[in-house]
Amino acid sequence: MSIIQGHAWKYMDNIDTDQLAPIGSYKGTSDEELAAGAVHCLRDMDPNFSKSVKEGDVFVAENNLGIGSSREAAPFFLKTLGIRAVLAKSFARIFFRNCFNIGLPALVCAETDKINSGDKLTVDPVKGIVENLTTGDTLISDSVPDHLMEMVAAGGLMAHLQKKLKRSA
Amino acid sequence: MPMTLSEKIIARAAGKDSVKPGDIVTCAVDLAMMHDSSGPRMAGKKLDELGVPVWDMEKLVVITDHYVNETDEASMEMQRQADEWCASHNVKHFIKDQGICHIVLPEAGHVKPGMFCVGADSHSTTAGAFGAFMIGVGATEMTGVLATGEIWVRVPETVNIDVTGALGPGIAAKDVDLWLCGSLGIMGANYQVTEYSGLGVQAMSVQERMTLTNMAAELGAKTGIVAPDEKTAKALSEWGAGEVDVETWQSDADAAYAKTVQVDGANLSPQVAAPSSPENAADVAEHAGTPVAQAYIGACTGAKLEDLRMAAAVVKGRQVKSGMRFFVAPSSARMGKEAAAEGTLKTLEDAGAKILHSSCGACIGLGKARLEEDMTGISSTNRNFVGRAGPASSKLYLASPMTVAAAAITGEITDPREFL
Repeated sequence: MSIIQGHAWKYMDNIDTDQLAPIGSYKGTSDEELAAGAVHCLRDMDPNFSKSVKEGDVFVAENNLGIGSSREAAPFFLKTLGIRAVLAKSFARIFFRNCFNIGLPALVCAETDKINSGDKLTVDPVKGIVENLTTGDTLISDSVPDHLMEMVAAGGLMAHLQKKLKRSA
Repeated sequence: MPMTLSEKIIARAAGKDSVKPGDIVTCAVDLAMMHDSSGPRMAGKKLDELGVPVWDMEKLVVITDHYVNETDEASMEMQRQADEWCASHNVKHFIKDQGICHIVLPEAGHVKPGMFCVGADSHSTTAGAFGAFMIGVGATEMTGVLATGEIWVRVPETVNIDVTGALGPGIAAKDVDLWLCGSLGIMGANYQVTEYSGLGVQAMSVQERMTLTNMAAELGAKTGIVAPDEKTAKALSEWGAGEVDVETWQSDADAAYAKTVQVDGANLSPQVAAPSSPENAADVAEHAGTPVAQAYIGACTGAKLEDLRMAAAVVKGRQVKSGMRFFVAPSSARMGKEAAAEGTLKTLEDAGAKILHSSCGACIGLGKARLEEDMTGISSTNRNFVGRAGPASSKLYLASPMTVAAAAITGEITDPREFL
């Protein structure tokens, strides 16, 4: 799973958790009910996003992505809609950890202004390389250590905890 | 090695003699808090999937506060799940519908200086007002804490926020928060800890310090903290925390800070943050005269007993402008009762305020004070992002309880010092 290939959805600074997971959209108590709320992701800013995003696409922002609440629905909705990697110049700290914890790689990339919506990207989180196939640019991102990518591939912290608890049992 | 207060707490929780910014360490958690939205239905359910018990029931507090006053099926189901999960797991500290978790947690005597705490809510930073180190986490992260009692952290740098003088009349801790948001930006302290110090903080009451650390979240900080003193010890003793250690939990005089930001407390003006970010803060004069249709005193940020007193001092003997909606939702049931007993709520009601349930309420767009389409409001809450307190067409200004109360009287953004 290490290479991600898809189209970019590009947004600006300070995309907050109230935009990503509006109040009322994540009241579900089962995974299925929660997943149904993903249609509300970015509904006020870009109603087209949840309708058109495809499996494998990459969510790209500038600074302070995910500022606001600790609600895990924010990255969960992105993942539910098919987003397989998140790139930003900087992240809000709880959102950043939430991404990895639910199995969605979040990469700091200083050059996201070289990505536009619709660009075709390949992202290699382990090497820390983002190829913009539309413009021909090669961008550098932070790399994700192998062990963290293993956790992501297994679905996140829950899988890691299952392994850890089994070992210590 | 000299350390800041936060570094000392992390080192102690990690079982190390010292830590420095950038170190990645695993800490033993002294206290974990979760609420009806993040807790039983999310983290609790995931813990059950792992098939392991809560690591230490003494150290878990579950508080319902988000959807407690809602009547739709999903919200009611969330409350049922909280009841059932807490009953079936024999949760020892389950506090049901007594107000907002960040206020109720210290009020119930759970917070002490030097503790390393996690909360499944971003404003968990609030407990830093008591010299505890408390960080906000998501639900899966909380599941890991519930299962293992541990969490890994990268040791943050500390930013010294030096409030150089006591705040002037009509100025509140909230104005310091908003000024910081305006001047540093909402990622101005990203990944760092804001430690609030100086004469202005020493002069502040404990409840005002809670307002400071509450909005560390709006600077992107990992948490905010205030070194404890006699005021801290007294407040915590009244709230049943018992004896607390004030002396140990101080920053060393020669500790290294990433930087110092000075706030001129004595000369600060009331601050107002324009829609739709706390960082759009400016002196009240810049927005004076802007019409507002609703004034809301509420949330963990802005409706503690002292916030209610501040608002009451402004509206005392005055009447809300005709047609204005003026709502007050005390931060906790206990503080609401105290405000009722001393006459503060009556002063607010006599002026035309409607008292609402103590819960997260309109801060997250719930309840009677949810903004309506195209409505402009002003509130003592912490965030004014698009679509948070009402539909995307609504607009929200943030200000201190006094500035919100002044707007309730005039129907427009007003410098509260005119009324004091």
